[in-house]
Amino acid sequence: MTTPVRAFDVVVIGGGPAGITAAVAARRHGATVALLDENPAAGGQVYRATPAGLAASAVATPEQVEGDRLRALLGLSGAVTLFGHTVWSVGPGFRIDAIGTVDASGPLALTAFKLIVATGTSERVVPFPGWTTPGVIGLAAATILLKSQRMLPGRATIVAGCGPLLIAVAAGILKSGGHVVAVVDVAGAKDWLVRLPALLSRPDLLARGARWLGAIRMARVPLFSRHALRAVREQGNALEVSIGPVDADGAPAPGAERTLTADCVAVGNGLVPGNEVSRVLRAQHRYEAPRGGWVAATDAWGRTSVPGLYVVGDGSGIAGAAVAEHHGELAGLAAVHDLGRLPASTFAHDCNNARRRFDRARRFGGAMAGLMAIRPAQVAAIAEGTIVCRCEDVTRGEIERAIDDGAHEVNQVKAWTRCGMGPCQGRSCGDVIAEIVARRVGGRQAAGFFTGRLPLRPVSLAAVTGDYVYADIPIPNAAPP
Amino acid sequence: MSASYDVAVIGAGVMGATTALFLARGGMQVMLVDRGELCREASGVNAGTLTLHMTRAALIPYAQAGWRMWTSTEEWLGAGIDAVATAGLSLAFTDAEIEMLEKRAAVRREHGADIRIVDPRRALEVEPGLNPQVLKAAWCETDGYASAYLTGRAYRQALTKAAATIVEQHRVVGIDAGDSGFTVRSDDGTTWQSSRVVLAGGVWLGEMLAWLGVKIAVKCLINQLIVTERLRPVMRTVLSVASGLLSLKQFGNGTVLIGGGWQGLGDPVRGGVETLPDNLIGNLRLARWTIPALAEARVARIWLGLEAETADAMPLLGPVPGVRDAYVIGSAHSGYTSGPYLGKLLAEHLLGREPAHPLFDPSRLVGVPLPH
Repeated sequence: MTTPVRAFDVVVIGGGPAGITAAVAARRHGATVALLDENPAAGGQVYRATPAGLAASAVATPEQVEGDRLRALLGLSGAVTLFGHTVWSVGPGFRIDAIGTVDASGPLALTAFKLIVATGTSERVVPFPGWTTPGVIGLAAATILLKSQRMLPGRATIVAGCGPLLIAVAAGILKSGGHVVAVVDVAGAKDWLVRLPALLSRPDLLARGARWLGAIRMARVPLFSRHALRAVREQGNALEVSIGPVDADGAPAPGAERTLTADCVAVGNGLVPGNEVSRVLRAQHRYEAPRGGWVAATDAWGRTSVPGLYVVGDGSGIAGAAVAEHHGELAGLAAVHDLGRLPASTFAHDCNNARRRFDRARRFGGAMAGLMAIRPAQVAAIAEGTIVCRCEDVTRGEIERAIDDGAHEVNQVKAWTRCGMGPCQGRSCGDVIAEIVARRVGGRQAAGFFTGRLPLRPVSLAAVTGDYVYADIPIPNAAPP
Repeated sequence: MSASYDVAVIGAGVMGATTALFLARGGMQVMLVDRGELCREASGVNAGTLTLHMTRAALIPYAQAGWRMWTSTEEWLGAGIDAVATAGLSLAFTDAEIEMLEKRAAVRREHGADIRIVDPRRALEVEPGLNPQVLKAAWCETDGYASAYLTGRAYRQALTKAAATIVEQHRVVGIDAGDSGFTVRSDDGTTWQSSRVVLAGGVWLGEMLAWLGVKIAVKCLINQLIVTERLRPVMRTVLSVASGLLSLKQFGNGTVLIGGGWQGLGDPVRGGVETLPDNLIGNLRLARWTIPALAEARVARIWLGLEAETADAMPLLGPVPGVRDAYVIGSAHSGYTSGPYLGKLLAEHLLGREPAHPLFDPSRLVGVPLPH
């Protein structure tokens, strides 16, 4: 017995802004489309839907308004939507295998002529002593708690790291009535100012950021610029948090260390493109530090080196939700055009508007992404005894010893130390590990990236195997005796 | 630029690396060259099973010796690779499988493997996690597993200590046989001179032998492997089924490795490129059927490993037919278990000593087509 397979012209993985607009654009021109997402509704991280059972807030935020608009577009498009489905396998050709996680609907397989990958990002945390302590969470996790669960991450939270998420999370906590002990920003005022011209390309978004910053000032939350977390220690029910100054490169700088007390630390050092699918499918990748790291090489329409595979949105390079929305539309149009179903003139016309909005949004997104890029000096400063791979408890020192022993690229380091072999498969630590290896082997190109491996997410053996008897197992021919 | 060696070993898997190691220890100037890194192909990504159940009968004495080497690497390699000696059970869930099981056990006993057929009660004593629907089991005390991914690091340290020259990331593209030995050529133009060559290229052996004008076909299997996240102890033995299409063990860290040679897609040029979901699901079903508690596990990672096999599934081990001072090693079915011992035997032969077991003359396979 094999899994039943449903065929579509276009399959979209990921229901954030890029995935939604890709699906809508492809549907608009007559392609059959399926969109899968592991969340219960479309929207992605930025436009996350208010979960069923929670009352919508009295005044909708701009994200809720935009999210509702995108969800309505998708709903009317006629695309088949499979929410609550975790994609665990993609194969050339393309075959997509998923598991229904919400209603235990079991295994499901789709085929597609064109596969559009809009899988967003994962968060980078540059390790420090105590980063694996309970109570220390990512900025992205704090965002999910605030948006999806309407929960404060803690009673007293320190928000640390870099980039716009820092300000968004601090403002979100304040808005929900929570207490922010301090905001600890690796960047300095200068880092923000040099990006001002680019940020002005989207006055609406810039104004938003300014309002967030205003709310933080109003609440008299101490803001430590050019500072980073040095260590977190458990003290009874509280966390004792040391912070200290850093230089423009993110390396620890001389100056007074301070100790703060909190019960939650939300920390994030930028975002890393979710490039698992394009790695598994062996697309060509480029290392682009300002866009978050290794990204599939694409044209403006998201076409990769693998025919029929498109990568869009933050998964193709960090640029933000506003960019993703137009990027998705371009890929959706390109997919139908490449299927031979959209005449060149219509394609050019439809792309025109999307392309202009895409280019404008990209200036702003690029400036924001620059703030979130990895800071090599910050990685260089990770102490020998600090755990880098938290799934397998591998320290900086163990990684360095493997390199001493002759490992010269990340996959060898992985085999020799088990770093990146745990449940996260390197999603959390891969970028930092590669940066550590790169320091010793002559750069990120030489250090490489973890070879893409299935499953794309850990998948339950019970769910994949379903109900069966021995005779249902299609055992191939036995070896000779 | 050109350097000169007593022996150039091409292919740094377990067999090539062991040959190089014992040659270096025997006093020869040895170069070991690989297009990638040490033990990063079949030798580093296989399931690590050290078993006699799936070893071809005539290879049993070699596999037993290999098993002793793997379970004592600290002594001869200088580092551990997390090898664990434990019992191995091969299982039958149908009448046809009972017949297969008994036949396999009988031929292996003739070659010295202590494999006994036991009833379900005894099998469940040996492996309490087993599905009680098992009908019969073949039980062997000489079984176990290693962590294959640690193999390369251990060999690197030993080879470095033995003063062997390791050349990684150089793909050899040809060998020229001359009057005074061989010129080994790499794709970046580097050449090395050596008095002898050892070809140890696994699935690439067919291509390598062709450089010397010898035609021996080598099959390339694309084995899918699956490892789970850590879970509570659910088993303590190495398990297989009579058909050979399952290998199952739980490592000390709680992860369970599921293999058995279910095929993905790929070839020697591109490597393993595509897993087949239906084959993954079949393999997982067989695993969960065997150890029902695996239902609670989550799959963490799936990968593909190339396995080489000759037309008769027995090793290439000995002189390259018709080419003086050229030798070949590799491509045995389930060769990981016997691998280090085969390398040691070839090194003994090259060092002019009498190997403790006979080699497997490669000339038997010249021009022999692969079975379908």
